[in-house]
Amino acid sequence: MDIFVQQLINGLTLGSIYGLIAIGYTMVFGIIGMVNFAHGDVFMVSTFIALICFLLLTTVIGITSIFLALAIVLVVAMFFTALTNWAIERVAYRPLRGSFRLAPMISAIGMSIFLANFVQVSQGPRNKPIPPMVTDVIVLMDNNGYQVTLAWKQIIIMVSTAVLLGAFWYLVQKTSLGRAQRACEQDRKMAALLGINVDQTISLTFVIGAALAAVAGVMYLMYYGVAHFADGFVPGVKAFTAAVLGGIGSLPGAVLGGLLIGLIEVFWSAYFSIEYKDVAAFSILAITLIFMPQGLLGRPEVEKV
Amino acid sequence: MSASDTLAPDPAAASQPAGSGAVPMLSVRGVKTFYGNIMALKGVDVDVYQGEIVTLIGSNGAGKSTLMMTIFGQPRAREGAVIYEGRDITKVPTHEIAQLRIAQSPEGRRIFPRMTVFENLQMGAAVDGFAHFDDDLRKVFDLFPRLKERINQRGGTLSGGEQQMLAIGRALMSRPRLLMLDEPSLGLAPLIVKLIFDAIRELNRSEGLTVFLVEQNAFHALKLAHRGYVLVNGAVTLSGSGHELLERPEVRAAYLEGGKH
Repeated sequence: MDIFVQQLINGLTLGSIYGLIAIGYTMVFGIIGMVNFAHGDVFMVSTFIALICFLLLTTVIGITSIFLALAIVLVVAMFFTALTNWAIERVAYRPLRGSFRLAPMISAIGMSIFLANFVQVSQGPRNKPIPPMVTDVIVLMDNNGYQVTLAWKQIIIMVSTAVLLGAFWYLVQKTSLGRAQRACEQDRKMAALLGINVDQTISLTFVIGAALAAVAGVMYLMYYGVAHFADGFVPGVKAFTAAVLGGIGSLPGAVLGGLLIGLIEVFWSAYFSIEYKDVAAFSILAITLIFMPQGLLGRPEVEKV
Repeated sequence: MSASDTLAPDPAAASQPAGSGAVPMLSVRGVKTFYGNIMALKGVDVDVYQGEIVTLIGSNGAGKSTLMMTIFGQPRAREGAVIYEGRDITKVPTHEIAQLRIAQSPEGRRIFPRMTVFENLQMGAAVDGFAHFDDDLRKVFDLFPRLKERINQRGGTLSGGEQQMLAIGRALMSRPRLLMLDEPSLGLAPLIVKLIFDAIRELNRSEGLTVFLVEQNAFHALKLAHRGYVLVNGAVTLSGSGHELLERPEVRAAYLEGGKH
């Protein structure tokens, strides 16, 4: 029981991070039908932006309040990651729009390799650590020496994820920007006939996806304390798995899928074999694609027209 | 227009309504549109004057919808020009053309299926900046009370007739100066066709709205319109007032006999 509760907490934390990244996959797929293979690396870039910003704030500027530093890091990372993804879309994907369907996807794979290598060359191939932050924990249960703990950083991760998802949901459902975004997702040509600037809306989608990935990046850095150039790949593919499991194109599905993948991975590690945790997560991708390609909350292909 | 058989030396000028000015609101000049290597429009000339209802009739595959979409640059005309209110819009981006207050209810209606009726109408009002949203919404609901009953229903769950009303309502929400309707009667029950055509006539009469209407239902369209064009295989072969075209034997033979429903 105590192990279960502990793993539940850990799984939800990890799942929040996957969910935030998964939204970027699902939104881009929804609007231009492309699997953005570079999205995991955009997430990785955001961890480095956060790392650099955090070190600058604490060592050069000398901010001592960890929460103030975190808040600034979050805003800075969201801004610069969004800018990066905006530029990527302009350079690597937009010129290929109207080309054959696979072209932007191949371009995205190239962009993924470019980003990972650029960070490797400019930041070095080793793990970049930051000093541990927010180390306090709350002991929830104490059972003969096995303590079930809820770390403050886990609380921060889950609460900020929930708050940002709320804001994001409001943006998509209730504002005219979000409405334009959904319109382009459902019928790009009609949206243009109604005066919506489709290119701008697609850019906006990349910007939002990157900003949410940057939130995940900051949380990831805080949780694990290291950034590494290759850390875009595995979390990226897991978040993609989460998007597919939830039903690609579905925003609630991405969040649900993220939480499920986080839980599956953590429980598998606790009860079966930690070496095979990635195998467990990726098997979900294969199983979903074979038996339930529309995902948990995805919509069926047939629609009345 | 060498092949076309016109009823007057200058068909547009001959039958345009009085007081509408000499310069057409929309002028399509020698437009050629291609799908790949196939020429879908072979040099089409069409004029629409302020305050008119103009209809374009023709059979399946004649290029009617292609002309409607070419005016919006989807696809772009490879040759010729589209002039709207004195401005050449042939190469203007689609969304900027919409911002000039040309609204289209396109072929296949293209309702956003996973948005509610209300959200679909909001999408229409986007170019107007929501300044007159409440007024315009009331007008659309007066015109099509059925939409009001369905306000929170998703577009994809509406019946064909309701979707048609929504497509027209959505176009009206943008406060268009030129309303383009692509086959508003397609697949609808005669009662609903009458409702929609009455609505078009009423908008034209009470608000002076200029309407460019594409129809297969030639009888109703020609009775409604001030002027009409007949499109055959991507070229205009006949033009004239609605009544004149209704009397033409070749129009009767091709589009009306057996089709008067």
